[in-house]
Amino acid sequence: MLKRLLRLIVKEFQVTLGDKRARAMLIMPVILQTLIFPFAATLEVKHSTLAIYNQDGGQASVELIQRLSHTAAFSRILMVHDDGALQETIDRQQALLAIRFPMDFSRNLTAGRTAPLQVLLDGRRSNSGQIAAGYASQVFQAYAAERGAKATSTLSVRNLYNPNLDYKWHILPSLVAIITTIGCLIVTALSVAREREEGTFDQLLVSPLTPAYIMAGKAVPGVTIAVVQGSFIAVAAAWGYGLPFSGSVPLLLTGLVFYGLALAGVGLFISSISENQQQAFLGVFAFMAPAVMLSGYVAPIENMPRFFQWVAICDPLSYCIPIMKGCFLKDFGFRDAWHLLWPLLAIAIVTLSAALRLFRRHIA
Amino acid sequence: MIPAPTDQDLTIEVHDLVKRFHAEGPAALDQVSTGVAHGSITGLVGPDGAGKTTLLRTMAGLLMPTSGTVRILGLDPFRQGNLLREKIGYMPQKFGLYEDLTVLENLDLYADLRNVTGEERRRSFEKMLAFTDLAPFTARFAGKLSGGMKQKLGLACSLLGSPQVLLLDEPGVGVDPISRRELWRMVRELAQGGMTVVWSTAYLDEAELCDDVRLMNHGRVMASGAPKTLLGLLEGRCLHVANLAGHRREVLRRALNAPEVMDGTIQGANVRLLLREAGRRPDLASLEAGPAATLVEVEPHLEDAFISLLGGGPGGDSALSKVMPRVELDPHTDPHAVIEARRLSKRFGDFTATDDVSFRVSKGEVFGLLGPNGAGKSTTFKMECGLLKPSEGQALVMGIDLKSSPSEARQRLGYMAQKFSLYAQLTVMKNLVFFSGIYGLEEERQRVKIQQMVEAFALEPFLDTLTGELPLGFKQRLALACAVMHEPQLIFLDEPTSGVDPVTRREFWTHINGLAQKGVTVMVTTHFMDEAEYCDRIGLIYRGRLIALGTPDELKQGVATPDRPNPTMEDAFIELVQGADR
Amino acid sequence: MSAFAPRRLWALCRKESYQIVRDPSSILVAFILPVILLFVMGYAINLDADHMRIGLLVEDPGPAAVRLEQTLCASRYFEVHSGSSREALVTRMAHGEIRGIVIVRSDFTSKLKQGHGDAAVQVITDGGEPNTASFIAAYVQGAFDTWQRDLAVDQGLQSAPTLDLRLRTWFNPGNVSRNFLVPGSIAVVMTIIGALLTSLVVAREWERGTMEALLATPVTKAELLVSKVLPYYVLGMLALIICLGVSVFVMGIPFRGSLLALVGISTLFLGSALGMGLFLSTVLRSQFNAALAALTSAFLPALMLSGFVFEIDSMPKALQFLTRIIPARYFASSLQTLFQAGTIGASLWANALGLGLLMLFWLGLTALKTRRTLD
Repeated sequence: MLKRLLRLIVKEFQVTLGDKRARAMLIMPVILQTLIFPFAATLEVKHSTLAIYNQDGGQASVELIQRLSHTAAFSRILMVHDDGALQETIDRQQALLAIRFPMDFSRNLTAGRTAPLQVLLDGRRSNSGQIAAGYASQVFQAYAAERGAKATSTLSVRNLYNPNLDYKWHILPSLVAIITTIGCLIVTALSVAREREEGTFDQLLVSPLTPAYIMAGKAVPGVTIAVVQGSFIAVAAAWGYGLPFSGSVPLLLTGLVFYGLALAGVGLFISSISENQQQAFLGVFAFMAPAVMLSGYVAPIENMPRFFQWVAICDPLSYCIPIMKGCFLKDFGFRDAWHLLWPLLAIAIVTLSAALRLFRRHIA
Repeated sequence: MIPAPTDQDLTIEVHDLVKRFHAEGPAALDQVSTGVAHGSITGLVGPDGAGKTTLLRTMAGLLMPTSGTVRILGLDPFRQGNLLREKIGYMPQKFGLYEDLTVLENLDLYADLRNVTGEERRRSFEKMLAFTDLAPFTARFAGKLSGGMKQKLGLACSLLGSPQVLLLDEPGVGVDPISRRELWRMVRELAQGGMTVVWSTAYLDEAELCDDVRLMNHGRVMASGAPKTLLGLLEGRCLHVANLAGHRREVLRRALNAPEVMDGTIQGANVRLLLREAGRRPDLASLEAGPAATLVEVEPHLEDAFISLLGGGPGGDSALSKVMPRVELDPHTDPHAVIEARRLSKRFGDFTATDDVSFRVSKGEVFGLLGPNGAGKSTTFKMECGLLKPSEGQALVMGIDLKSSPSEARQRLGYMAQKFSLYAQLTVMKNLVFFSGIYGLEEERQRVKIQQMVEAFALEPFLDTLTGELPLGFKQRLALACAVMHEPQLIFLDEPTSGVDPVTRREFWTHINGLAQKGVTVMVTTHFMDEAEYCDRIGLIYRGRLIALGTPDELKQGVATPDRPNPTMEDAFIELVQGADR
Repeated sequence: MSAFAPRRLWALCRKESYQIVRDPSSILVAFILPVILLFVMGYAINLDADHMRIGLLVEDPGPAAVRLEQTLCASRYFEVHSGSSREALVTRMAHGEIRGIVIVRSDFTSKLKQGHGDAAVQVITDGGEPNTASFIAAYVQGAFDTWQRDLAVDQGLQSAPTLDLRLRTWFNPGNVSRNFLVPGSIAVVMTIIGALLTSLVVAREWERGTMEALLATPVTKAELLVSKVLPYYVLGMLALIICLGVSVFVMGIPFRGSLLALVGISTLFLGSALGMGLFLSTVLRSQFNAALAALTSAFLPALMLSGFVFEIDSMPKALQFLTRIIPARYFASSLQTLFQAGTIGASLWANALGLGLLMLFWLGLTALKTRRTLD
């Protein structure tokens, strides 16, 4: 029977990769996404515009403006000359952040008094605004520290695994998992629906292949696609983007295989409850969008409300991303990753057996 | 043979029409010139890939001619389509209505699209619904209609707005004889009202009823004229072997192997032969048809003309059966119940699709399952091959219940689905490799078997062609090849010849006969009544019930009356179905 | 025969609507999925890190260190886990159980007393999560500053002159990230409805063979196109109303703009998103490929490149240029303005112009590619 299974798998590849368009659809998006997203998906603030209303004009404010303009966060300084204009720069989204130096700013500072200054940020983009304000605040603190007496103690910050807090180091390992998701799910979920629409499914069912074999035949290509796409992005991350790779390659591959199995389970489950390609596709989508959101990629899971934390427990992506990050940044070995690997396997077993049950019911 | 279209009454004029889909590729239509007279029904016949659909689509303005002209009612369908579309009705081959809309919603849509409103709309709906007998089903979703009803609804939709020209692309495919007769009756009435109809069909008995026929092959019109005039060449070439004793299929096989015989079929109790030349008859003794057998000259049919123009049918011996081993059943298997239905029922909700059906099929028997569209024969069929679970009763194959079972039983059966069901995206070779592979053929055995299939079905030139791009006839051949490669002991064929031209159909039945001779048990469904004659026994299913079971002769005899002492299979079919209604 | 017959158009629209209503999956995508996604994005994506788990290792029993520990524990930003050794804490951080570690060495008090300024508190963050890492660094810094000031006051020391940054967040005083994420996610959700659903509709007609029958009727190209746009426009608007209702009444996001402006902008946006979906469907003629293409070219860019989570200004120039052809970019920005800032003409008009041009582009391209023939 193993040889028959092999034939089934070969056929699956031939069907999936045989059509030029379908092939392009599996390859092109991966390349494009690997090229674009690491640059796009960043929460850093760079090249933004800072609006300044300098009522003061003293030496301190000029010095500070000078320093602000030299940070990477602000590439453009917009000088305005009244409060209304300052507000308008925010209203019109011309500036992310607006700073007003009050009339007595320099005088206060020279006199050793606390010098208040007002920072306005755009609440429509409050996250970026806060981050930008954080950068500005660092500039101010440094300036104050230089002028003031030496502090008795300091706070030293060290960022482990990613010393410069480079966002790409965070995004690329996550993308290995996220981009892989689409290809694997689409291939597994839609292929059964397509066979059903095209009538070839019946032809398989009357053959000596049992439902379990048919499912295995569908799962293996999905897993393979996950592993191949994932490895491609991983290689691009390590060589193209220069990420350090400190963990073990076998772990990375094992992680991808387990993740692929979990996804194949989900994909097959979706396909066994949908009647046609359209439903399967929308089902994939309905699974994928929340799965990415809840994976901890955009925001940490521990910050979510309880309910969503529970949902995230069932999200295979929330295990795969830490494995990938562990491999790249944290020098993970199997021992470190075991607590992430077994949940993936558990998800795979649950979804695959559920899909098989539904399959059998559908057939009989 | 092409008559110059001089007639002033020509509604459709085609001049030197060429259509190529790829600049370098072969012409789908090659210098076609023809005309269609006003108020006539013109039949378009020809084998698969002859260019019938392309011609109709070009007439409907859906394809741009590569060169040449088409004029319908004096208008160019491609450039003046806007003016013309209101005047023509077109029914594509594939059911083109919305399955998620009800019958009435479909009608409403097309009425609005064709600007049929107010009183005219009310009247035409009334007429159409009466015409098609769809009145009780107006609220039913089109997707839930039976095949025949779908075709009738499709026809009704294309008739809205009283078009002057009606283009029909194989409306009879997959439709049972009763519905086909009704379709024909509808169209005939319309033509009498002055409508010009072009009707493409694979049924030559249908084409024979047309006023005019265009026989196409390789993108050219090979012959045109009234059916009667086309038959002139066949004078004296059609014979019946009457009063024969012994097995008709065997007689036919021997006859087809005779050099004098071009083609042959089973027709009722007789075997019908088409000779190569009028004078040269085969030696009656060599046919071994019994002492009383005689050769009687009969009227030629259009089908004979068709076969004759295409160079004759296949020989009597199946290349397939030569490479099939003789079936040896498991000693435990009852040879009289290789396939068995025991009080089989299937309900979907409160609808009973199959209702208490029982039958047994013996080893080497060809068992035909007939019935109108939607009568439940597909359901019965699917239960027998394990694709549907019976609500009650048992579907047994070699004494084994397939639903509980096991791959070993499935290993011994072959299945060819009604809908084309091979991987269209794969090449012919890859399909062969795949299907032989999942049945466990490996290496040398697989290679040899594939080679045998390629030879038996003449697939050599297509090995690297994508299966989806094959002509229909070859698709069906490949499907059969894939179903028999693992040398099954029994085989299920669900409408294997639907939409296929007569020559290919002959070939199929030669194979089926050949398989049966080797002891393969065959269960087959069909809408072609002449094919039903090839079966050893027939089960007629209507409204889920098995209303008749017997040999073709028994069924026919059952409906014989003094006015109709020799009913055809079609007569028997209609009579039995209508009898069940009474 | 006119190029545009109201009766035919109405008939086609009616047909399309029946198909939408009868397909459970389109209802799922149009009405249920948006609500789920809004909740996920509104509540699950919390960029204002609230209770970040940090590890604390205090080796120094001195009062200053204890006070620092108290300050950290009192902060609402942290969930402090005390650890016994540095290695144990690092391992826990590697496993993602904590996101940062604060270490007060055993010699902290003594160094503090020496007053050389080299008494150091060390913060180690998980750089694998840069956003969280910088939040932790910033918040520990804040707690540290407080501690230092308190300490100075206690010791009666004169603190150095400081700059007092008075942060004011315009439109969103509480800095609730939900307030800007939800309007942004409405843009993503609407992209899904617009592009994803329509990417299937024309391809479906080709695959099922209904297109051939339709083309043989007097239907014109314009009618065909408009009949595909209108019903999905209505569906999109209904979904928008639902999204609006859920965000304002259930999630309590303020809406300060005018409804009329919202309808106007949404119309332009739906025009471009529907146009894009139809274009893919028309060109690809296969549901499988069109769906994949829509997913890649509409949904993911809307998520990544619309600027609703990720700042467009921070992207490389080439990408910034690319975002200009993404309808969701203009729509996300408009929605954020309308929800939080009100009807601010200048910003809205610019977005409207962008959307209008994109709508013309996609619909025009679709019209160009729509053929009345089979080849």
